[in-house]
Amino acid sequence: MIYREAGDYKLTYGADAQTFPIKGDRWAYWLALAFAAAVVPLFLTDYLAFALLVPFLIYVIAALGLNLLLGYCGQLSLGTGGFMAVGAYAAFKLMTAFPGLNIVFVIILAGLVTAAVGVLFGLPSLRIKGFYLAVATLAAQFFLVWLFTRAPWFFNYSPTGMITAPTRTLFGVPITGPSASGVSVYLFCLGFVVVLAWLARNLTRGSLGRSWMAIRDMDIAAEIIGVNPLRAKLSAFAISSFYVGIAGALLFTVALGAAEASEAFGIDKSFLVLFMVIIGGLGSILGAFIGAAFLIIGPVLLKLLLVNNLGWPTDLAAHVEVMIIGTLILVFLIAEPHGLTALWRTLKEKLRLWPFPY
Amino acid sequence: MSISDARALQVQQMESADADIFTTPDGRRIGGPILEMRNITLRFGGVVAIKDISFDIREGEIRAIIGPNGAGKSSMLNVISGFYHPQEGEVWYRGMRRARMRPYEVAREGIARTFQNIALFEGMSVLDNIMTGRLNHMKASILAQAVWWGPAAREEAEHREKVEKVIDFLEIQHIRKTPVARLPYGLKKRVELARALAAEPKILLLDEPMAGMNVEEKEDMSRFILDVNDEFGTTTVLIEHDMGVVMDLSDRVVVMDYGKKIGDGPPEEVRNNQAVIDAYLGVSHDDA
Repeated sequence: MIYREAGDYKLTYGADAQTFPIKGDRWAYWLALAFAAAVVPLFLTDYLAFALLVPFLIYVIAALGLNLLLGYCGQLSLGTGGFMAVGAYAAFKLMTAFPGLNIVFVIILAGLVTAAVGVLFGLPSLRIKGFYLAVATLAAQFFLVWLFTRAPWFFNYSPTGMITAPTRTLFGVPITGPSASGVSVYLFCLGFVVVLAWLARNLTRGSLGRSWMAIRDMDIAAEIIGVNPLRAKLSAFAISSFYVGIAGALLFTVALGAAEASEAFGIDKSFLVLFMVIIGGLGSILGAFIGAAFLIIGPVLLKLLLVNNLGWPTDLAAHVEVMIIGTLILVFLIAEPHGLTALWRTLKEKLRLWPFPY
Repeated sequence: MSISDARALQVQQMESADADIFTTPDGRRIGGPILEMRNITLRFGGVVAIKDISFDIREGEIRAIIGPNGAGKSSMLNVISGFYHPQEGEVWYRGMRRARMRPYEVAREGIARTFQNIALFEGMSVLDNIMTGRLNHMKASILAQAVWWGPAAREEAEHREKVEKVIDFLEIQHIRKTPVARLPYGLKKRVELARALAAEPKILLLDEPMAGMNVEEKEDMSRFILDVNDEFGTTTVLIEHDMGVVMDLSDRVVVMDYGKKIGDGPPEEVRNNQAVIDAYLGVSHDDA
């Protein structure tokens, strides 16, 4: 047996707390990573990169961010689109104001700016919960998008109201702008995803993550146990917004190249990321990947199947695609309200005993 | 005189009063008062939940608070843990008057508790629940935790070791990694005790630790409470309805009825107190 769960003894508490306690899982992770970094670029076309994999990776980051906030800390936010816009416009302002600044730092600084804005809009969470908080964050969504379309300073007084990413290179390879190749952009985003997913996993298995989950599961008891609700909630908003801001900055700089706030970062983006988190699985790092794959790669694959393989007209395929994805969402949520990761876990538990019933 | 000087002086005074420190027949050392409730009055709008109650809790003792339903026992515990703020009266903790505090600040000062209706974090494993109890002892910065580098990983392992000791002590090794939501009621109560113990509290508040348990589970829980007190010298405040348990476990008992204190003293004394008997047998208050 290559993959087995038994016989893997842990001799230290450090080993017991690791991300993949099972040897098979560790191998699978490193193989997947090697495949994504070394094999995929070999046959990656620009179409495949820009239509499929780059958006997928960027939305993984956004879903990770929202999952930290909603899945781990239990604070519902509908402002994801608005926070992505903050990241995008911060990146634009940084790129135009400091042309010599390395693109990696631009993205990270854009994330930090978004984190500050996220804390500001997270303040109501200290007083209100649940649906009321969702409405408060909805206000953030509309306010931020309104701000970025109405205040010309944010788009450098461009007559179209659009922001456009100038060309920036990393190690001499163009990452943004029209000359950037699919492979380099893909690898750039993959780097961010790997690092951010690793950081998210570490945060959620440590004491900060436990204080988030305590607030999520029972906030009053958490406070009596010794969790400072102010610190827990605002740190969740800050870190979540950092992730979402990075996703927004990447979406604008490397994926779209040009953007306009109300179109690229509208309320539909907030819901898209929310659905990814719910379908993938709340409170799970893997869930962010599965959710983003389902909602970004799923429709594209379906379209390829219907149009290219079955020869359907494009408009008919587009309608059917929406219907099929919608139905699948319903089916999965009825089968397993805790998301696809829970389905995966149940499957594993069943397979452990298969073919015996118990 | 600075605050720390004043505190040192008070501690000195407390310790010099030899009459305050004594040893119980079974060899436990009972110290001076660690927590004093002075003239506590708590009102919710027009309802008076606690009316001018004073009592003290000595270091190392098991102190029970009993009384019929609605007597204000849980409210009293909530005052101690900083969840309610009394309109009148003072709480003195370790020789100092306690300022108005948020509950998490009280927890940081060394007061841990369990709840009448189990308040575990259902989405987390038993281990994570108990680790949450150690939050106040964990110092690693967010950045160190994020990269899981040196100090953060080391701290995590150190605290895990302490938690494992609590797990061994309460005999719940077999359910360490089980999600709390899957546990039966009696075990949940035990995990909640473990979470409170993991905080290494100076005072442990137990709100009806035996409610809804069968005789066997009650015996187990009683043994754990006694062992905790015996082994770590933890001061324990206990709310309980089972009179047998209260009389057997506690060193001193406060009796409350309708928000008032009607009795205070060793179990034998309280048992023979006429007001207490009346309260439990339900004599009409006009006659009493």
